Amino acid sequence: MIEPVQTGAPLDMNAPDTVWMLVATALVLLMTPALGFFYGGLVRAKNALNTMMMSFAALAVAGIVWALLGYSLAFAEGTGFIGGTTHALLRGVGLETRGTIPHLLFMAYQGTFAIITAALISGAIVERKRFGAYLIFVALWTLAVYAPVAHWVWGGGWLARLGVLDYAGGTVVHVNAGVAALTAAILIRPRKDYARQALLPHNVPYVLLGAALLWFGWFGFNGGSALGVNRGAVLAFVNTMLAPAATLLVWMLIDLARTRRTTAVGAATGIVVGLVAITPAAGFVPPMSAMAIGALAAFPSYFGILWRSRTALDDSLDVVAAHGLGGATGALLTGVFATAAAGGTDGLLAGNPRQVLIQALGIAAAMVYSGVATALLLKLIGLAIPLRSHGRDEAIGMDITQHGEEAYTHGEGAVLLAQSTVTPHQETRP
Amino acid sequence: MKLIVAIVRPEQANEVLEALFRAEVRGLTVSRVQGHGGELERVETYRGTTVKMELQDKVRFEIGVSNHFVEPTVRAIMSSARTGEVGDGKIFVLPVERVHRIRTGETDEGAVTPLADSG
Repeated sequence: MIEPVQTGAPLDMNAPDTVWMLVATALVLLMTPALGFFYGGLVRAKNALNTMMMSFAALAVAGIVWALLGYSLAFAEGTGFIGGTTHALLRGVGLETRGTIPHLLFMAYQGTFAIITAALISGAIVERKRFGAYLIFVALWTLAVYAPVAHWVWGGGWLARLGVLDYAGGTVVHVNAGVAALTAAILIRPRKDYARQALLPHNVPYVLLGAALLWFGWFGFNGGSALGVNRGAVLAFVNTMLAPAATLLVWMLIDLARTRRTTAVGAATGIVVGLVAITPAAGFVPPMSAMAIGALAAFPSYFGILWRSRTALDDSLDVVAAHGLGGATGALLTGVFATAAAGGTDGLLAGNPRQVLIQALGIAAAMVYSGVATALLLKLIGLAIPLRSHGRDEAIGMDITQHGEEAYTHGEGAVLLAQSTVTPHQETRP
Repeated sequence: MKLIVAIVRPEQANEVLEALFRAEVRGLTVSRVQGHGGELERVETYRGTTVKMELQDKVRFEIGVSNHFVEPTVRAIMSSARTGEVGDGKIFVLPVERVHRIRTGETDEGAVTPLADSG
């Protein structure tokens, strides 16, 4: 039998709350591989594995730095800007309760958010960023950008004290990742084929599979943010079903009006945008308002994507439009639709227009900090190692040049080698 | 008339197409092929299995042209397919005995001349 973590505290956790949070943690963790499928289907076949590995590897890198230091910087007692180091290396994080669930479980649940937030950024830099440089970026970004912003809103930091409403991470996760993605796409520059040839999704069924699994996992993301079994959990759960349904419907209708066809890639994108938009509002608004938020959120992201693809900004998988714009729209609309009766603070429609300004301030703070800090991190890493691949490696494809594998092999002409004769693929120096 | 067969890197295929269209070469056939042209082998690993990929993916262009189109076509491919690394491919120019355009029954030079109103 495994020894329980020694804390000296009695096991006074609430059993139903703990059961739900155990499940919710697994649900949110699943979202990161799901994102890998969503992103992986959207790139060209020669980059499918690299794109999926960017999500999978975040499970390792962000997950580990979270346990080592990130959790403490976000959730330990500290200043209004950043948490302290009391919980570094998980010191003092045991089976004693935080709220009604074990502190250790709270840490793991929050860790799954840190992982997916870092992985979201990868969509802006696929098909060109070197894998090693990406992993270093994920580690540093989780500590230097995610942890402080999470502290501001959820760790008792200055935005929390101002009264910013962010139920499950519209600002902390989506605006934050969206602005980091924008910064990274600008600094790492477009793919060499961008705007010169059509860069088409190689596997649309994967995109749909990813969207489906993201939606499934998102019930843990929003429903679990209640941190227990309570009214907020049920409300957030149901809103997570209704809001993306409204976004999906509106997205298909806009598609229909524009091109006389509804598209599958559009549907998958609409689902994700709806999930993003309801995230900050999930436990603060009644279900009819959730549907309104979902429906309204389709417009900025839909037209943002159309506009972006005509610019020189190679935010390859539209992280900025889906997560940045979707998250900001959701966070603002939270200030419009929130009610004290549902569990939040009264918003604009309940007679408190000030809440919209507070929400806007939260968004602006996350944007400024994420943009500046992400740029500094990338410049810093860029001083030590090249951030992107040599053009020739980019042309061959990141799967072969970064990982020595292909997503779809033929087998013809593949000669078995004895292990001793192997010389690894030599990457062209960027 | 000649048949021009060009084997190029898949990642250059789009450049070649663009160059051919700029050179006003309109009729062509493209296929994905695999081959070996003396380039360095690629080593890939799948769990315990390490393999040397002897065959590389290539794209083959087949273009039937009238004689005065041979040089512009070859030049367009040469300039667009070249990266300077081993494995850039080959261009073969072959004599053609006869050509029929199926729709109109035209033969030879007439069959490989692009139509003014095609489009």
